[in-house]
Amino acid sequence: MSKLINQKDLEFLLYQVFQAEQLTELPHYSEHDRTTFDGILNTSSRIAEDYFAPHNAKADEHEPQFDGEKVSTIPEVKEAWQHFADSGLLCARHRYEDGGMQLPSLLHMAANAYFMSANPSTAGYPFLTSAAANVIHAFGSDEQKATFVPHMFSGRFAGTMALTEPDVGSSLGDLTTRALPADDGSYRIKGQKMYISGGDQDITENIVHLVLARIQGAPQGVKGISLFIVPKFHTRADGSLGPRNDVQLAGLLHKMGYRGTTSTVLSFGEKDDCHGYLIGEAGKGLMYMFKMMNEARIGVGLGAAMIGYRGYLESLDYARNRPQGRSPAEKDPLSKPLNIVEHTDVKRMLLAQKSYVEGSLALCLLAARLVDEQEAGENADSGILLDLLTPVVKSFPSFYGPRANDLAIQVLGGAGYTREYPVEQCYRDNRLNPIHEGTHGIQSLDLLGRKLWQHNGKGQQLLMARVQATLKSAQGKEQLSELTASYQKHLNTLLQTTMALGKALQSGQVSAALGNSALYLDMMGKMVIGWLWLEMADKAIDTFGASAAEDDQQFLAGKLQAARYFIRWELPEIEHQAKLLAGFDDTCTTMNPDWF
Amino acid sequence: MKVLVAVKRVIDYNVKVRVKPDNSDVDLTNVKMAMNPFCEIAVEEAVRLKEKGVATEVVVVSIGPKVAQEQIRTALALGADRGILIETEEKLESLTVAKLLKAVVEKEQPQLVLMGKQTIDSDNNQTGQMLGALTNMAQGTFASEVAVDGDKVNVTREIDGGLRTVALKLPAIVTTDLRLNEPRYASLPNIMKAKRKPLDVTTPADLGVAMTSTLSLVKVTPPAERQAGIKVGSVEELVEKLKNEAKVL
Repeated sequence: MSKLINQKDLEFLLYQVFQAEQLTELPHYSEHDRTTFDGILNTSSRIAEDYFAPHNAKADEHEPQFDGEKVSTIPEVKEAWQHFADSGLLCARHRYEDGGMQLPSLLHMAANAYFMSANPSTAGYPFLTSAAANVIHAFGSDEQKATFVPHMFSGRFAGTMALTEPDVGSSLGDLTTRALPADDGSYRIKGQKMYISGGDQDITENIVHLVLARIQGAPQGVKGISLFIVPKFHTRADGSLGPRNDVQLAGLLHKMGYRGTTSTVLSFGEKDDCHGYLIGEAGKGLMYMFKMMNEARIGVGLGAAMIGYRGYLESLDYARNRPQGRSPAEKDPLSKPLNIVEHTDVKRMLLAQKSYVEGSLALCLLAARLVDEQEAGENADSGILLDLLTPVVKSFPSFYGPRANDLAIQVLGGAGYTREYPVEQCYRDNRLNPIHEGTHGIQSLDLLGRKLWQHNGKGQQLLMARVQATLKSAQGKEQLSELTASYQKHLNTLLQTTMALGKALQSGQVSAALGNSALYLDMMGKMVIGWLWLEMADKAIDTFGASAAEDDQQFLAGKLQAARYFIRWELPEIEHQAKLLAGFDDTCTTMNPDWF
Repeated sequence: MKVLVAVKRVIDYNVKVRVKPDNSDVDLTNVKMAMNPFCEIAVEEAVRLKEKGVATEVVVVSIGPKVAQEQIRTALALGADRGILIETEEKLESLTVAKLLKAVVEKEQPQLVLMGKQTIDSDNNQTGQMLGALTNMAQGTFASEVAVDGDKVNVTREIDGGLRTVALKLPAIVTTDLRLNEPRYASLPNIMKAKRKPLDVTTPADLGVAMTSTLSLVKVTPPAERQAGIKVGSVEELVEKLKNEAKVL
């Protein structure tokens, strides 16, 4: 079995749970079939295994270096980048006319899963580049598109998103980078950006920064923010390169994990000659960036899910092969030791990991399926549901992925704490995910303060309709009757809590309602993942229930057991959270900073 | 120069093989199938010959059920130009395959036939040799290097104890060994282009080949599971067990 992902699980999710083949009935995807889908997965897994996975530890150990002039990365990163680009994966989702292959988001997400499991920090470069190219492609002028996009898709140029500043992180409305109109219609950018991933490297000929800045005279706050293309090298219309633009690397940041991806401080316009090109209309920068950000948030969820998944597979493999200790009932000191996978407490830790990571992967694929439905116009409601779920897709995997990695370390014991085994790196890499692309706290405010109530709460109704459909199907199956009954009970708790919070918001008690938003985000995450576990269990029975093959039966039993674990062990935690939320518990709000 | 490559749909090499409960055969229900790895090497070599300008056309042929088209598509995505499926649901044995390939060779008149030295399902290692005998073409088996030189092809063969290079007069048959090359993966645009490449479907009857069987499959059993070992207390006990239980002394 591949160490990157359980192939049977991925295929089950794609073809049984999320019905990938149905997508080929849509005109946009009509040239695809199971063969092209499998071909793409095969190509992705091979590149990930052959060119990404082998240097994951090396890139962590040999961080990128900056000698004051140039950044250097280990050569394997560039080789991996080249294979990724040559395979066509950078523009896989785009139209055939644009050099893409009109790949559904669902399959794209599955293909990316291999890379995130193999080597998240090297995968960071192409993923950021695709996302940046997508923004220019969607909102740039024809000239901007022609100048930059083909070279980003071919892998000659990389891309970044430069939002954060030394003093402005989550609160982007306060950003201070300036853009002065120049006579030639372009702008001169001045300011500093920080934590810019891929902000400099020696992998590509050029780097295209997407920079948020305020045009001189523009209003304060988010409405005054515009988006600019700032290339590292001046770029002519035919894609050939001129001299350096006035963007300087001020320094590299040294991170806990994700060390293979450079994290940079960039200085724009030190010599007042940093050329930037406005994308779309002035003042709409944040809106454009949010298109990229929503994609990026789902991408963060996937990364977190897959680093968690990798740790799960590593610890499972270790547990199956590590003999240690005997069962509590065994008194004979000369008896053969058990492999630790037989010990109940180790099984608990593996089950928890399985329930988090397979649940998280299912959630990310669901998001991708919704993107497909939305884009194909198959179902306009899908976009509304996706909006509601995006904070959950970003946050559940980001919160529970590192927890899974924490358990993976625990399964390996002392070995897990050493750098000789990969799980400690998984943990360090994954620890970024609750922080970037909108912190956990920001996501919880987005969900509770905004997303739940958009479109008059239609997102909630759409989610409930899907949950009810699963419950209806699962209720008819004996193996799932206990779980559905229990799920239903906790679901009612969530609905009542949501109602109480909604009322408080309506009556203007904003601070009280939003004070414990992180608890609500967790509650919602557990309900959504619990639903997906029921859905997986239900579909696994349909798919494998009648099969005589041993591995089918084991797969099915594994899905049922993980569904039981999640719904019996984890889901009931929401009852306590509901009490705190619906009672508007003020322990945190009334804490006085001086009392610390 | 036209190159013909034969490819076979077999159980994926990653899959743990299961035997049917009645021991009649390997159980293929819901099992992932793929192109035989040795055939992949043959396709790669043909595509490289084309990229070098030595081959002008690469034709891929497979024999099997309709779904074997998937493996032909894979070869087309790797760079082959067109495909031929000889569609049959019958069980195949090496001699029948060689006869069917002979019919294709007569029709297509390739200068070079590339095929895997064996398939990982039946492990016979004989179809290439049989095709050589049936067509009277020269054969270079277990190739680790193939170099076309005018009307000859020099084939470096892996043999016990070293390498032997033979010069074959074209047309010739070459069967591939593992070290010949490292097969590429299909790029995404090529996966899409493969769908538009021609794939002809024919049948054994169309080719005038009767699917007679000369072999019968008696029994398929999985390898015996390894029994747990024991620790012996002394050298005497070991000798005693070797003599009386294992009966090797």
